[in-house]
Amino acid sequence: MADSPKETSKISNDLDTFPKLLLDHAKKRPNKDAIREKDLGIWQSWTWSKAAEEISALANGLASLGFKRGDKLAIVGNNRPRLYWGMCAAQCLGGIPVPVYQDSVAEEIQYVLDHSEVRFALVEDQEQVDKMLEIYDNCPAMETIIYDDPRGLRDYDKTHLHDFEKLQDLGREFAKENPDYLLQEINKGSGEDIGIFLYTSGTTGKPKGVVMTNNNILITARNSVKFDNLTENEEIVSYLPMAWVGDHIFSYAQAYVTGFCVNCPESTETVATDLREIGPTYYFAPPRVFENILTTVTIRMHDASKLKQKMFNYFMGVARKTGVDMLDGKQVTAKERFLYWLGNILVYGPLKNTMGFSRIRLAYTAGEAIGPEIFDFFRSLGINVKQLYGQTEAAVFITMQPDGEIFADTVGIPAPGVEVKVNDDGEVIYRGPGVFHSYYKNEESTKETKNEEGWVLTGDAGYFADNGHLKIIDRAKDVGKFVDGTMFAPKYIENKLKFFPHIKEVVAIGDGKDHCTAFINIDLEAVGNWAERNNVGYASYQELAGHEEVYKMMLESIEQVNKDLSTDSLMSKSQIHRFLILHKELDPDDGELTRTGKVRRRIVAEKYGVLIDALYNGSKDCYINTEVAFEDGRKGSIEATLRIEEAETFTPAPATKGAN
Amino acid sequence: MDQDNRIGDTLLEVKNISLSFGGVKALTDISFDIKEGEIRAIIGPNGAGKSSMLNVINGFYHPQEGEVWFRGKKREAMKPYQVARQGVARTFQNIALFKGMSTLDNLMTGCITHMKTNIFLQAIWKGPAEREELEFRERVEHIIDFLGIQAIRKTPVGRLPYGMQKRVELGRALAAQPKLLLLDEPMAGMNLEEKEDMSRFILDVNDVFGTTITLIEHDIGVVMDLSDRIVVLDYGCKLADGTPDVVRNDQAVIDAYLGVSHDD
Repeated sequence: MADSPKETSKISNDLDTFPKLLLDHAKKRPNKDAIREKDLGIWQSWTWSKAAEEISALANGLASLGFKRGDKLAIVGNNRPRLYWGMCAAQCLGGIPVPVYQDSVAEEIQYVLDHSEVRFALVEDQEQVDKMLEIYDNCPAMETIIYDDPRGLRDYDKTHLHDFEKLQDLGREFAKENPDYLLQEINKGSGEDIGIFLYTSGTTGKPKGVVMTNNNILITARNSVKFDNLTENEEIVSYLPMAWVGDHIFSYAQAYVTGFCVNCPESTETVATDLREIGPTYYFAPPRVFENILTTVTIRMHDASKLKQKMFNYFMGVARKTGVDMLDGKQVTAKERFLYWLGNILVYGPLKNTMGFSRIRLAYTAGEAIGPEIFDFFRSLGINVKQLYGQTEAAVFITMQPDGEIFADTVGIPAPGVEVKVNDDGEVIYRGPGVFHSYYKNEESTKETKNEEGWVLTGDAGYFADNGHLKIIDRAKDVGKFVDGTMFAPKYIENKLKFFPHIKEVVAIGDGKDHCTAFINIDLEAVGNWAERNNVGYASYQELAGHEEVYKMMLESIEQVNKDLSTDSLMSKSQIHRFLILHKELDPDDGELTRTGKVRRRIVAEKYGVLIDALYNGSKDCYINTEVAFEDGRKGSIEATLRIEEAETFTPAPATKGAN
Repeated sequence: MDQDNRIGDTLLEVKNISLSFGGVKALTDISFDIKEGEIRAIIGPNGAGKSSMLNVINGFYHPQEGEVWFRGKKREAMKPYQVARQGVARTFQNIALFKGMSTLDNLMTGCITHMKTNIFLQAIWKGPAEREELEFRERVEHIIDFLGIQAIRKTPVGRLPYGMQKRVELGRALAAQPKLLLLDEPMAGMNLEEKEDMSRFILDVNDVFGTTITLIEHDIGVVMDLSDRIVVLDYGCKLADGTPDVVRNDQAVIDAYLGVSHDD
């Protein structure tokens, strides 16, 4: 797949930075909504011309405080228009926005802010201001903190603090005295300039600051817009962390390239409702979100009346048979078409409306492999969910699935302008216009990851399937071997189990062992609901997780997966022999998951070493005391004695595939 | 703004209040004042007369002896709703929300004391009644935002967890835009996290709206941290009155309520 980079890697000289694009939209589509936010129960909108005015005022305000070219502006908070404006305002002045994961605790933020030598910070509210003040003395470069929501801050010492609106007023004053300053600064900017630092969530070790030029981001955004024919009429709900490259591309870069409207939810808890109200046409979610939606649907259907359940099950059967084919434009019979039409009226339409997907034209998922069953569920409903494969270092896109060539187990063909190949170690490598500039202040890692010719190591093991689509097996370093040398791909097993609505997270263990075992995290919502319906009393997560009936339920799921695995010649060795249910949810605050929700295997293995030993030494139970961190950073501990269960395994038979 | 600036003149004063039910003396000769802008706590063991005191302030009980002075005027005996119209709102020890109604509707009921349109205008709806409702809705939305309860705006209150219901109840009291807010055990039955949230809200209400707050609470840690001044009651009598430090070191209080300290 080594095409040379196409003409798509050039960009017109005029619109090679975000501020230039902003001014262009303000001229071309001044009255089109650029961004919305639900506030006080009403969707408040800003048109492109209004947004340009707000951003100019903020940029001038920053300039009046002495923000210079090359200065960094940290951005900490939930997705809010003002924080997005902050990104653009910093770029207007030739500065670099540094978005930070808003739920990080103070010390995590301190590392990023100190490492990137942030002088200015734009934060959402008191919670974030408190964190900033806590780390203020440890970040020598830090000077000014700007806050969006003044609530609770009245009594604070305002030496370093600035109110967002007051800063804008300062900016408007500044603009009167220096009317041409901002435009001059904007015109100084070019595509070659550093546009943003995106800190990786750090699956291993300290986060790394990925330095991106404007060209990296904008060319990639332009290519992807063309690939999927995105227009200015798209509506997107931005709810994923602003510090994550995906949000930067989908809610910021693509919006600035096409001029489509970005909608910010009212609060993190109202995303589902807000999604329904907006009815986005373009949507991005990691597999976890799709999983959660499916779990909720499954639970709600359990509670529905018998008639509705029957109808749902029947038409979902129809959808599974014909829905995907219809979406891919394949031939289906008239009868199937009719049944699907009927199903759409009775089931799929209302269901999509509840999920907020009535107007959806295109949805993407990435970040982790998605269970084929989950993927097919959404596609069978006529929702064009596609997979892409990407990472921060590539400005997201490495491979994408073109319409009509969607397969659950592959992640598509190389994105426009990107070359992808598999090296001799079986690792996927790529090169293209989105390839990052460098890791900030980390020459060594930059060299390790990117070679002189611009090829970047992904760290993922994969291969090209016969149809030319890339297939990712697992993280290259996570793929292990059993003692007898057979391959052990934990993610593959975990994904199979996670499809069960009552299982939230699984950690499969087996590298260097003679068989496979697993930790299970119950899904509190699903299992709690089950407990309620079956009169099972429980006082805590821990008690519910240890309940005998819950173990029985998990056992059934595991045996079903084992049966399924036994039919797969490559994977039959990976059947789960013993398992236990964890007494606490794996949590990013405890370092067990990354901020984007991926299991950190090394840390889990360290922390729960005793449990792993117990899984392999035949004991019936195991005592563990775990330290937990609360959201405010305090520590506590949970202790429990966990039961270990054996699961039935099946002899690998060349038999037919499992019935599920 | 510093402490002294925040606290103003006397807002409400009770003078020599005595209240009895038949032979039971609930309150005996109680006097204290509540200053504008302060957080004032009433504490005491069970049956000390705390809730009775609140009910006197609130106009629900009429004391046999003593006077209540509100905003510099002696208050005649009046019904609770009249007191409410004067700007005194409260929450209850046992949640007293309309369980079948949504959070939003419950908060809207809090605005009723400010309603100016009569039943006929309400029936016609278009015009003044509509304008008034929009104005109330905006006020309520600010409170929803303030309390961070956007996600439960349309949820029937009966389905909410206890801590959330307490928060909604606080919201309803705030919707009345009170001068004086009475909170009867706002943190009873809450877990640590909910208590922290509620403490934050009480401080923020006081800070942002400048509302004077009088609260009854059993969690001594919370009371000591939140309050500007504390009144201690025991068996219907006033034991002590003063800042948290004064009260903490008052021997009578230690003996009666906090337990006798043993020096080692």
